[in-house]
Amino acid sequence: MSKLPITEADLHAYLDAELPAARRAEVEDYLAANPAEAERVRAWQAQKLELAALFAPVLDEPLPENLRALAAPPPAAVDVQKRPFLPGWSLQRLAAGLLVALLGGVGGWFVHARFEAADRQAQMMPLPRQAAVAHVVFSPDVRRPVEISAEQEDQLVAWLSKRLGTPVRPPRLGALGYELIGGRLLPGNSGPVAQFMYHDASGQRLTLYVTTENAANRDTGFRFAREGPVNVFYWIDGRFGYALSAGIDKGELARVASAVYDQLEHQ
Amino acid sequence: MDSAAILAEIPRLRRYARALLGDRAAADDLVQDTLERAWSRASLWQAGSDLRAWLFSIMHNLRVDQLRRPEVATRAIAADEAELPTRATQSDRLEVRDLEAALRQLPEEQREVLLLVALEGSSYAEIAAALGIPTGTVMSRLARGRERLRLLLDGRQPGANLRVVR
Repeated sequence: MSKLPITEADLHAYLDAELPAARRAEVEDYLAANPAEAERVRAWQAQKLELAALFAPVLDEPLPENLRALAAPPPAAVDVQKRPFLPGWSLQRLAAGLLVALLGGVGGWFVHARFEAADRQAQMMPLPRQAAVAHVVFSPDVRRPVEISAEQEDQLVAWLSKRLGTPVRPPRLGALGYELIGGRLLPGNSGPVAQFMYHDASGQRLTLYVTTENAANRDTGFRFAREGPVNVFYWIDGRFGYALSAGIDKGELARVASAVYDQLEHQ
Repeated sequence: MDSAAILAEIPRLRRYARALLGDRAAADDLVQDTLERAWSRASLWQAGSDLRAWLFSIMHNLRVDQLRRPEVATRAIAADEAELPTRATQSDRLEVRDLEAALRQLPEEQREVLLLVALEGSSYAEIAAALGIPTGTVMSRLARGRERLRLLLDGRQPGANLRVVR
């Protein structure tokens, strides 16, 4: 005849109407005899109702157009189940690979190289993190923060432009209180990238990281990321990726970022 | 999959995502990803089964993927937001703000279960199926989350922030 003790789980299941009638009656008896427990259940009940009330208005918000459109299949929707096996591997390529493999050890190398490429792809560091790491590594360096200093700006520009294979030039940020210290060449995900460093009168340093390895070619607006103490604004423009990093507050960094953006636009 | 049926589910997906993430843009992004993934897997959808449960479990799995990915959290910044003033999101109702702030302090796995019960009225078994966890885990997360939320809300001292401290 002895009843099972009422557990915490029973109390919640009672509140959520998940208990069979017999057990429900036992919980009711228990709560009647334990006002403090009844009070806790009432508090849970109240938060459940308040949560529902808090977010109910979202149901009545007009749907953004991009979401409404997705009620129908997107034009590019190719069912994964129907996608060709091994996308990106054309039959000829596959055949060529197999042929070489049959002809000798080179085939193994060929396949190996392909896998390695895919692997590297997977390990690509996102732009804001690359930039933040480069910022953290070089900006605290008092004696040698840059490879070529601002005194030789022409050399710096010529060298970085040559290495990146496209003209790059540090924006002028004097109006915002930031003077160019110089720049350096760094390894990116797949090739050279440039870093320009600036400082203000207080010695606060700011770096602009420029990559040309954005193959996806998808422009973005300003995006913001925080990496530990470093704030980063970044954006992608054609094959160029830019990231501005500093340990300064977001608002100030945003002002510098828009100035940089404007200058690059009118370069 | 039936477009009308999907359209009917979008507001609920948005509500849940908003409550889970707190941020409107991030929530709508998650809904968009969910719908795109649903379409890309349309052939896995079994006609006659519970569309809502299916969409919620897709959303949950996407979220799990997002949390696993070692990327930095970023968000798009609108052009007119460049000055980045702190947007006033204060509600007139202090309690509302407290509840939402307290909700943010729960671990996401507890928040998920709490919200599915409170917003969707899902049964424990439905939640277990959507999240791919045992019913017992649903119940223990719910119990921990509710109790934590209760203590957080109890800890609030109305008017405490108005007191002048000398």
